[in-house]
Amino acid sequence: MSQAVDEIKIGGLGASRKRVEDSRFIRGKGNYTDDIVLPGMLHMEILRSPLAHARIKSIDASKAWDIPGVHLVLTGEMMATRNLAWMPTLSYDTQAVLATDKVRFQGQEVACVIADDPYIAKDACEAIVVDYEPLPVIVNPAQAVADGAPVIRDDKDNQPDNVIYDWEVGDRDGTDRAFASADLVSKLELHYPRSHPSPIECCGSIADFNRATSKLTVYMTTQAPHIIRAAVAMVAELPEHMIRIISPDIGGGFGNKVPVYPGYVCSILASILLERPVKWIEDKSGNLISTGFARDVYLKGEMALRRDGKILAVRMHTDADHGAFFSDAQPSKFKIGLMHSAFAAYDVPVAHLTARGTYSNKAPGGVAYRCSFRVTEAMFFQERMVQAAAADLGMDQAEFRRMNFVPDDAFPHRTPFGFLTDSGQYAKCLEVGLKAIDYDNFRQQQAQARERGRLLGLGISTMTEPLGAGNSREYDILGIKMFDSAELKVHMTGKAIVRTGARGQGQGHETTWAQIVAHELGIPADDIVVEEGDTDTAPFGMGTYASRSTPVAGAAVAMVARKIRAKARKLAAHLLEVSEEDVEWELGRFYVRSAPDRGVTIQECAIAAYANMPDGMEPGLDATAYYDPPNLTWPFAVYIVTVEVDPDTGVWDVLNMVAVDDCGIRINPMIVEGQIMGGLTEAYAMSNMQFITFDADGNCVGSNYMDYLLPTAWETPGFELHSEVVTPCPHHPIGAKGIGECAAVGGPAAFVNAVMDAISATGVRNVDMPLLPDRVWEAITYRRDVSGAPPVRSDD
Amino acid sequence: MQRRAGGKGGLIMTIVYSDREDEAAAQVPMRRIKFTVNGEKKIAEVEPRLLLAHLIRQGLRLTGTHTGCDTTNCGACTVLVDGQAVKSCTMLAVQVDGHEIQTVEGLASASELHPLQEGFREEHGLQCGFCTPGMMLAAKALLDRNPDPTEEEVRWALSGNLCRCTGYQNIVKSVLWAAAKLRAQAPAD
Ligand code: FES
Ligand code: FES
Repeated sequence: MSQAVDEIKIGGLGASRKRVEDSRFIRGKGNYTDDIVLPGMLHMEILRSPLAHARIKSIDASKAWDIPGVHLVLTGEMMATRNLAWMPTLSYDTQAVLATDKVRFQGQEVACVIADDPYIAKDACEAIVVDYEPLPVIVNPAQAVADGAPVIRDDKDNQPDNVIYDWEVGDRDGTDRAFASADLVSKLELHYPRSHPSPIECCGSIADFNRATSKLTVYMTTQAPHIIRAAVAMVAELPEHMIRIISPDIGGGFGNKVPVYPGYVCSILASILLERPVKWIEDKSGNLISTGFARDVYLKGEMALRRDGKILAVRMHTDADHGAFFSDAQPSKFKIGLMHSAFAAYDVPVAHLTARGTYSNKAPGGVAYRCSFRVTEAMFFQERMVQAAAADLGMDQAEFRRMNFVPDDAFPHRTPFGFLTDSGQYAKCLEVGLKAIDYDNFRQQQAQARERGRLLGLGISTMTEPLGAGNSREYDILGIKMFDSAELKVHMTGKAIVRTGARGQGQGHETTWAQIVAHELGIPADDIVVEEGDTDTAPFGMGTYASRSTPVAGAAVAMVARKIRAKARKLAAHLLEVSEEDVEWELGRFYVRSAPDRGVTIQECAIAAYANMPDGMEPGLDATAYYDPPNLTWPFAVYIVTVEVDPDTGVWDVLNMVAVDDCGIRINPMIVEGQIMGGLTEAYAMSNMQFITFDADGNCVGSNYMDYLLPTAWETPGFELHSEVVTPCPHHPIGAKGIGECAAVGGPAAFVNAVMDAISATGVRNVDMPLLPDRVWEAITYRRDVSGAPPVRSDD
Repeated sequence: MQRRAGGKGGLIMTIVYSDREDEAAAQVPMRRIKFTVNGEKKIAEVEPRLLLAHLIRQGLRLTGTHTGCDTTNCGACTVLVDGQAVKSCTMLAVQVDGHEIQTVEGLASASELHPLQEGFREEHGLQCGFCTPGMMLAAKALLDRNPDPTEEEVRWALSGNLCRCTGYQNIVKSVLWAAAKLRAQAPAD
């Protein structure tokens, strides 16, 4: 007699199961790209431009060729003869692989050397002589559209200026009318500085072209192996079935490892030419100055308000600096990504957004760094604007939010920009957060401290954001729709393997996907192995970024398990000698409805699929599911921070940080909390220290870890996490919502709002991130806003 | 655990250059060094400019030691040299001549994990795992000299190591977990 299994015991939904992948990582037995060594492998290094904008007059590589151990020197000219000097970007622009005519940003790829050893390849790069003629440099949108600005993309037809797009969304006239009837209009302008995802592991690839089989295998640091396969097929004009992309363990991605980079392409071409494996491992400065940056948007907007605090309308304008090539890795039909998800948590009747994108002499990219395509900028602006509006009204920060939240009974709710939010308990989450931070008590302490000259502040950030692209109607990459996939094979002994089209980089898929199968089938999670990242074995999928794995691939895992269960039910009926309609399911077992003691386990069904199937039934127990989500998922979050600012130095310390995340059903609570803490740390980093900027000559400031500051264990504050509010996603098969990026998206505004609250007596409206001590000190001392991208503060 | 020493376990690092019959190839300087790694004695022929991190990764094929930066900031390459936590990207291979190196591969015995390894798994102290070997070795150097550290002391001891995934809170917990286990295991005096 079989019995239903205990879901938590078998590592099902809700179990804080210890991670499977840890066994190899804690032993130093991970298998990252740089750990792979192939027989006969050569090493590639890239020579980069020292100048931000210059004409290439000549390249002399003869000295490099002379160095013993050098096999190949690639230049743009050689790439051009193979039609590979330029490649398409994910945003329908083109990007130089190796520069031919001009360099357009500092760090641009100019040549590569392939040698026996990376040291020799580096020596040879230094031996290449490039003669540059410097050109005037553009480092921000204002310069890009100024009269007489040099046209950066003179390589393109029909590009008379530096404007990439002018785009708008929303109701312009309705918004104008609402503003005309407002009691009060609150305004805000700010810059979300350029940042870089900067996983500790840099990008790299090992291309291995085998002339005998015509097969190209590429091991590479990619979050989206199938997209890369499609891109390589297009760029290198190789047949898709002869390309195998393997994404081994990845040392963090955060969006940095989505795009196709010139280094990958050059290693592939070099391997084809030399017929040997070619390894390229980027150094950190190469990673920071040339690969996918994030943010770099100037935002301004205004809010129309009624005297009692009701929001009547919102108007926004964004100026995004995309760098030298428009290579945003974002799959939506919207030019500025999901920027117009701003204010989705609030009941805003009408809104209008205009967006302009421009070229500059800075690295291309615009990746979604722990973010769904510009939601980070959107939510940051939203929460800074909400704080400013409440202050202008003289209203309490919490009360203003409470009053304007979309109420629980209003779902599904259409936002003024057209998104459909479907669930949430916003006010309840806020109450949990306020209680945890002891709101009223803190306000009293703050007032008392102020009398003694101490500056305490409290910042709130509340937001819902769209996670889990697509649906396929609105989201695609180069025309490929944003669905995802899972394949499940149950072996005859009841053990199983799951493969998905996602590719984790630390999110713990090997642990959590097994938990979903355990939940659906009652097979213990320890009996299920998870594999991702090999395009020859994994089903086609769009990869892991933008918190889409659980919403899309995770849903596919549940759906494929349900297919298996449907077939197992037929097998159970056969084994129990009853008709299928008389068979009931409980976790891990089918039983006869009228005789619950008579049952068979899922494992018994598995063996029957190979050894005792009914006549006419296809043998085996495996299936594949492709999942096209009906909508994005909409988690909600409340982040509250208290700080103390030192008025003499501008240094600020976090006193407490509370996070309340409602991300629906949590598959593995331990892993979810890990994701939230990681995101909060990046939020803290962006508000406090982490940014990339450029001087007037286009020199990148932040090109290594001495200038690009990441918080260590010493600076990073402690976090208090709350999970008491759970609103399941109404359309996800197990009710889960995305979570990976929420804290990085919603967190920064909480920190900044807290510091601005602490110094509110100065009347300063805005200090742009990062809130470095000198900027805060300047605001306090001179009672003025501190804006722009340091150190080019004046932006002219 | 008894470790096999020297003899056949020795290693010679060789780089083969294409012979173009020129002076340059003949002039690449080489130095012979002897050292111990995870209890095994080794010999290597190295260029004087070879970094210790590269000797460990490419020469010894111990790829648990990672490299994540060019400026001695990330700590992914942390190993122990004579028991001290050292960033192996910032030391030349020739400097370990006569010294003892411990890498992440030497933490566990054949049958048992080191309490730090257990602690990281128990407390979810890792996500992508790239910083983890360096974190564990920096933590080991701390616990070897201070078996009962405070949270502050752990945070300070790890402040030369960057993690982009975890936010450190669970790393700190992992180290404290290991410290408690090590103290419980230590013979009472
Ligand atoms: S590789 Fe970053 S400190 Fe050694
Ligand atoms: S676990 Fe990824 S860097 Fe620390």
